[in-house]
Amino acid sequence: MFPLTLSALRFAPPGRVVLDSVDLTLGGEGISVILGPNGVGKTLLLRLIAGLLPADGGALDWGGTARPDQRLAMVFQQPMMLRLSVFANVEFALRPQALSAAERRQRTAAVLARVGLEHRASECARLLSGGERQRLALARAWAMQPRLLLLDEPTASLDPSATEQVENIIREIRTEGAKVLMTTHNLGQATRLADDIIFLADGRVQEHAPAQRFFARPQSAAARAFLQGELPWRIAFDR
Amino acid sequence: MLTTVMDALALLASFDHRLLDIVGLSLRVSLTALLIGSLIGLPLGAWLAVAAFPGRGALIVVLNALMGLPSVVVGVVVYLLLSRSGPLGSLGLLFSPAAMIFAQTLLVVPLIAAVSRQIVEDAWREYSPEFSVIGLSRRQAVGLLLADCRFSLTVATLAGLGRAMSEVGAVMIVGGNIDGFTRVMTTAIALETSKGDLALSIALGLVLIALILGLNAAIQGVRCWAARRYD
Repeated sequence: MFPLTLSALRFAPPGRVVLDSVDLTLGGEGISVILGPNGVGKTLLLRLIAGLLPADGGALDWGGTARPDQRLAMVFQQPMMLRLSVFANVEFALRPQALSAAERRQRTAAVLARVGLEHRASECARLLSGGERQRLALARAWAMQPRLLLLDEPTASLDPSATEQVENIIREIRTEGAKVLMTTHNLGQATRLADDIIFLADGRVQEHAPAQRFFARPQSAAARAFLQGELPWRIAFDR
Repeated sequence: MLTTVMDALALLASFDHRLLDIVGLSLRVSLTALLIGSLIGLPLGAWLAVAAFPGRGALIVVLNALMGLPSVVVGVVVYLLLSRSGPLGSLGLLFSPAAMIFAQTLLVVPLIAAVSRQIVEDAWREYSPEFSVIGLSRRQAVGLLLADCRFSLTVATLAGLGRAMSEVGAVMIVGGNIDGFTRVMTTAIALETSKGDLALSIALGLVLIALILGLNAAIQGVRCWAARRYD
């Protein structure tokens, strides 16, 4: 499955080019964070990797194969909640796996305990708060025991306390051996979580570097401007 | 007019056994048809919502068109199927409650399937990316979507109930409107009105309206309760 290599990946719906030529190689460990201005295609890149969208060009190589040979999971910015119990909202994700009903129940109960939702297992998932929903979505992904976990803005619109809880869960999932690839707009979160940063701008990867080096000495002008809080149009204007 | 209405109310108040028999048979036929129609129509609609195959759009158009299928046409088709020389003639079901259930089932299946297809498709549009990443099969997805939409799907069953209970043409043709055997509320109303027995017609009409109102109110109550509890 790893290294995951993206070669000249392109996504261009009619009338515009979102991702022009994305080249990227990802190892199988740690947390990689995708940063970049709004609309640059961060979520799109996750969806292309998840196989939810067909690329208009380029290729994905999963360690020598065209498809991932191990499990991947994805947590969306607005995770879906079935009108069922919290427990059922995790358990259903295990149905495609060759597990008995007892094994599914056991794994679901265990993962709900790890995200602190075991006491709400019988309640309706749609009645959870935003932070609890995100923890439930992470529990669902975690229960699948993925080798690669894709997270799209997992703490968008969460308060600091809920954000901390979610970040702790992400660290635990990483510690258990899953590769995490996530997007965020929260630079503080990126510094807390990231092992490496992928900086996207103008439809391509401008920089892929260890997190410490990226934040201390960004190499590209676009990344420097982004970190200083400048807007994309300003970058274009300065050129 | 007033006297007729008073007579109708008197019939209701006296629990006239003829009236009760007709009401009982009507409920038995329509609710059985609704049950069978739901068992077929709900999964069919859900499957159609998630399936992708050539001709799906045309099939949806046909299904939607079948919602307005004239009941007398269904009656004639079922009559031909069940008549002695028809393919199902050996079953000996013509002019029986079973034939009426058969006809009403054919009427409610397209309605339930078409309405549930629309409801489930909206949910499918929302959930399909996550279902896809999780790797659920279409069959697993259909089961989950039906469970998720269960309260909204009461609309589909309510529509089916209304269609079945108010239907007259098909049951008249395949049931024969035989007194004490296949006479239901709608066929009795048609017959008694033509005979001039308006009191019984009005009494049956009041029962029919009350039943439909009562069932709708009960299901609406369940939906409101569910919306508070699950949304």
